[in-house]
Amino acid sequence: MTETQAPPATDPMPPGQEKAPEAREKMVDVFADDKGHTQVKTNPVGVEIARLADADERVVALSADMSAVLADLRARHPERYFEFGIAETNTISAAAGMAASGLRPYVLSMAPFGAIKCAEQLRTDVAYNHLPVRFVARLSGLAMGFFGTSHHAVEDVAIARTLTNLTVVAPADSNATVGLLRSTVEHDGPVFYRISEGTLPVYPEPPTFDYGKWVQVRPGDDLTIIGYGIGVGLALAAAETLAAEGIEAAVLDAVYLKPFDREALLAAAQRTGKLLTVEEHNEIGGLGSIVAEVLGRHRVPADLDTLALPDVDLEVGVPATLHAHYGLTPDGVARRARALVGA
Amino acid sequence: MTATAEIPGSGTTKELERGRPVGHAELARRADWIRLRTIDLIDQAGLGHYSSTFSCAEIFSVLYYHTLRLRPGRPDWPDRDRFLLGKGHVATGLWPVYADLGYYPAEWLETFGQLGSPLNDHPNMRLAPGVDFSSGSLGHNLSVGLGMSLAGRLTGRDYRTFVLTGDGEIQEGQVWEAIMAAGHYRLGGGLVAIVDANGFSGHGPTSDAIDIESVADRFTAFGWQAVEVDGHDVAALCATFDALPPVGEGRPVCVVARTRKGKGLAMMEESPQSWHLGHLTPEQRDRARAEIEARMR
Repeated sequence: MTETQAPPATDPMPPGQEKAPEAREKMVDVFADDKGHTQVKTNPVGVEIARLADADERVVALSADMSAVLADLRARHPERYFEFGIAETNTISAAAGMAASGLRPYVLSMAPFGAIKCAEQLRTDVAYNHLPVRFVARLSGLAMGFFGTSHHAVEDVAIARTLTNLTVVAPADSNATVGLLRSTVEHDGPVFYRISEGTLPVYPEPPTFDYGKWVQVRPGDDLTIIGYGIGVGLALAAAETLAAEGIEAAVLDAVYLKPFDREALLAAAQRTGKLLTVEEHNEIGGLGSIVAEVLGRHRVPADLDTLALPDVDLEVGVPATLHAHYGLTPDGVARRARALVGA
Repeated sequence: MTATAEIPGSGTTKELERGRPVGHAELARRADWIRLRTIDLIDQAGLGHYSSTFSCAEIFSVLYYHTLRLRPGRPDWPDRDRFLLGKGHVATGLWPVYADLGYYPAEWLETFGQLGSPLNDHPNMRLAPGVDFSSGSLGHNLSVGLGMSLAGRLTGRDYRTFVLTGDGEIQEGQVWEAIMAAGHYRLGGGLVAIVDANGFSGHGPTSDAIDIESVADRFTAFGWQAVEVDGHDVAALCATFDALPPVGEGRPVCVVARTRKGKGLAMMEESPQSWHLGHLTPEQRDRARAEIEARMR
């Protein structure tokens, strides 16, 4: 259990820590979106859930101590906001009960605690029963990396994608978050939204996503970079750099991790023959695994490299520092891409 | 398949109102019928939870033949009272009741224990009409019932949600998250936790593992009102459920039903944990049936 609060900027930093000024600067960014909205209440998740609630009286929101982003809903539909406190398992099972009673519950939770602690509630109460619970896992990956390894959520996709009946999606930026919330609003089963923080802008406006389909956000013939969450923006930035060097990288947004777009994946493998996956997740069980499984099952010969977090004890630090350390940067992606194409 | 013939007024598909007038002797007899049918079903499947089912047979009987507002012909009726089986391992005792009330044909019971049967050892809401929520993982269903009760309040419906938990089940931490939240939301008679306090878990006395007493005091401290009742006294159970407070006001209600694990069969009362999970030999089965049938005459 956790109570995470970004310390105010005026907090004195502990002595002897060289990275303290950077930590102080980046801390607030954990809660910012890619439009520079650092105020939690402008977070697109909360704004869009309130809009969905305007349009559908079945929509309710449950918070496990994540109510700040629900400011709009609390103001407009206070009776449809349920605070459950720091008690994630109860929150998810209660949401299942609400869904079984005809409501459309959106559960707001921190990815490491909501998704990983509550894997069993998600499986047994929500997914097995086909209930239309919307599980919004914010602060996934290394977004809370400063606070300790307890706050890493780098296994959540692997867990979620093994749960039968669960739809797993991961928006690439805040417009994609809004687009996904809208595109899945009528889906009759449970949906797991894996929300990345600190994304780079990818979509100029909220797109409409077709169920189970990936989106090609950049064409290219030399290799295909496939990412989700922050991986998409990183891939796009890397592709710009590579283009200047004469390497044309296609970029695919693997926005649906379950069901995933097998056709798009196989087509990319056949067209470019070289695939690089990018994800802020353990190297086991995420997008790299999906691609490897599909290539193997379909006997498609393609060169594959997977940029992910290593399956070792991870470092602790602010997201920017950790991303640089593990190569989850435009330069890091470009480096791996060059190696893949032999440049 | 003797259920419908033995129980007058069963098999109905019309609306069943709360507090239906059924004699106490009849309710007690139906509890024994549940025990009898449990023996038959476990005999058919080859394995099952006898003694935990026997401890709540009177609770099942009173809820389904007296207390719950139901419409068996329409299992998803939004205004029905809900019953969640937190201690899902005793679903065997509910299967004949649901068939008897008309949720599904009695022939379904013959599939119990077979591959593809909608009736599992633990209940699955996707497969068996009448099941308001699936269970099997202990500690979840009070949270689910809390969600159902909150949904009822939001949508202006006055159904009650009953959740039966084992006394060992309340050792699960999630149960206390739910108890704390339900006390906070003050759901009154909209949420009723029934603790089947038979004193035993799978491997011995519950409070030898981790002491759970006083159950009533603990619920009360978390904002509930608690009442102790003899869980085998059908008259006391009827009176307790008849006196529930209104839905959506005040403290939710915990009924601590003091029961005996293996109740109704001497051999199981003497050695309850031996019969938590098991299978009677044909000789034991015949003796057990005879003991119960003698009481039902």
